[in-house]
Amino acid sequence: MQTIDMATTPLRELNATLQAQAKQTNQTVWEIANPKGAHAIAVGLDAPIEVTVKGSTGYYCAGMNKQATVKVTGSAGPGVAENMMSGTVIIDGDASQYAGATGQGGLLVIKGNASSRCGISMKGIDIVVFGNIGHMSAFMAQSGNLVVLGDAGEALGDSLYEARLFVRGSVKSLGADCIEKEMRPEHIAILQDLLDRSGAPAKPEEFRRYGSARTLYNFHVDNAAAY
Amino acid sequence: MDSKKIPQTVPRQSWTFSNEVNAEIRRAAATGIYDIRGGGAKRRVPHFEDLLFLGASISRYPLEGYREKCATDVVLGARFAKKPIHLKIPVTIAGMSFGALSAPAKEALGRGATLAGTSTTTGDGGMTEEERGHSETLVYQYLPSRYGMNPDDLRRADAIEIVVGQGAKPGGGGMLLGQKITDRVAEMRNLPVGIDQRSACRHPDWTGPDDLEIKILELREITGWEKPIYVKIGGARPYYDTALAVKAGADVVVLDGMQGGTAATQDVFIEHVGQPTLACIRPAVKALQDLGMHRTVQLIVSGGIRTGADVAKALALGADAVAIGTAALVALGDNDPHWEDEYRKLGTTTGAYDDWHEGRDPAGITTQDPELMKRLDPIEGGRRLRNYLAVLTLECQTIARACGKSHVHNLEPEDLCALTIEAAAMAGVPLAGTDWIPGKTGF
Repeated sequence: MQTIDMATTPLRELNATLQAQAKQTNQTVWEIANPKGAHAIAVGLDAPIEVTVKGSTGYYCAGMNKQATVKVTGSAGPGVAENMMSGTVIIDGDASQYAGATGQGGLLVIKGNASSRCGISMKGIDIVVFGNIGHMSAFMAQSGNLVVLGDAGEALGDSLYEARLFVRGSVKSLGADCIEKEMRPEHIAILQDLLDRSGAPAKPEEFRRYGSARTLYNFHVDNAAAY
Repeated sequence: MDSKKIPQTVPRQSWTFSNEVNAEIRRAAATGIYDIRGGGAKRRVPHFEDLLFLGASISRYPLEGYREKCATDVVLGARFAKKPIHLKIPVTIAGMSFGALSAPAKEALGRGATLAGTSTTTGDGGMTEEERGHSETLVYQYLPSRYGMNPDDLRRADAIEIVVGQGAKPGGGGMLLGQKITDRVAEMRNLPVGIDQRSACRHPDWTGPDDLEIKILELREITGWEKPIYVKIGGARPYYDTALAVKAGADVVVLDGMQGGTAATQDVFIEHVGQPTLACIRPAVKALQDLGMHRTVQLIVSGGIRTGADVAKALALGADAVAIGTAALVALGDNDPHWEDEYRKLGTTTGAYDDWHEGRDPAGITTQDPELMKRLDPIEGGRRLRNYLAVLTLECQTIARACGKSHVHNLEPEDLCALTIEAAAMAGVPLAGTDWIPGKTGF
């Protein structure tokens, strides 16, 4: 295992080292010590390496991640795994705003709670939150799956497109054009897979599914009041 | 008295309720929806033609037109980027999306700009192979929608432009109606085919200047601090927005006034939100000067640039370069009289066609219709754009030499006067024939 101590290593050197790892690297396990809430830790990675951040991170940890598995043992600041393409990001603690924003692929697991706008504008990423999520989550979410074991805040899925939202607890309110939908066998299968891969302690049958009513896909003046 | 001999009152149209205004009221009453169109503000606002260059005199020596050099090169992004952009001319091509424009149109822009030695810019919809392949220097826009955003394209770009706003609609997002969401456009944007696509007006993962600083840090870390980072702002609060962009770490500020175009938005937005380009330049330059960053952080101005005189005036007011969008499309053939019969069928006429969002552009530029797209030959279009860019540059050099400048960047406000009080106030130059700068000097 390679260890990079941020108390003595500049951020640029940290990211350059991790970004330089080739797909066939045999240095696959990395540990980052003393993150102390620094921003942009382990961003732009593109190799099947495992990076464990021992502590809490600031903004945009694991931003635009490809292939890598990034684990944060503490909590993550805003925009964790933003625009992730593939790979896995695991947060042991809580995540701040915009977790997984615009993510296009991969799996983001948040073992604590996620703040507002979790999964905003998601484009294919899968997000599993063991705790609760804040307001305006999955706003304008285009595709992918958002799984919440706890409760969802106000205006869940406002103006969403084709993303699937699974919530086990209560939903304070649904946003514009977001409705509860039937949980069919294919949804159970998708959910079971996500719960298995994330290690989430829940059963698919305990969840409700929410998605787009698709009434706002083409503008009509009669719908103006919905916005 | 014979009533036939009484002089008749001439029918008088209301200025307030003109035929144009009444037509819009009737259209609104019939449809219940606001008017959506492309382009920038059509209203008359103080603009570059309200300024004049003074030229040389006893105290200013001109340069010989065909003998003495007047350089036009521009370096963008040397503040922090390891690989700044080097352009041969001070005119760039503004961001326009694939989706709003056809693939051949994007290719033509790339070809023309490359021949002229300047850059093109992507738009809301990601990077296409057509524009990457044909643009030697490509600026990749980082927009709120993040359609098609990925780290590989970020690294393939030559610069990154974080779009905060645009002049046609400061505070507004994008709109691409269902007619233009073809299979390819939908795939690039990860959306269902045929829906009305809304691009967000705010970035999803940052708000405010402090966040922007961290976002810029992240983008630099992902791209190894190689790429210049531009921040594009609409003409809203140019002094503060420029200062905040500089504070956040921008290498370049792109400032777009209200005449700058859009693919589609509400007419009321285009005509009533944002400031004219002329009014925005001096406050932005002052912000740079106040921070000691003028010429260190470059300023690119856009919105209504049409001639080499416009280019020269923008540079004289303190810009480092300009960007053109609408003019580039016109150079390719947009609103060309050749298509007048077809414009008539669409209920419009040459020069007034602005329903770019409907995807039925007779010139084949603002469309995704396979048959209409064929009307634009990207190679010929590229040549036309190259020619036009060459003329803009030659005209700008002509004026600069007349003012005694060996580089177009040496043009300065002292080379200008204004024809109107409004333009004098906005540009911060004296009203012609006086030494009066409204707001700065007394009568």
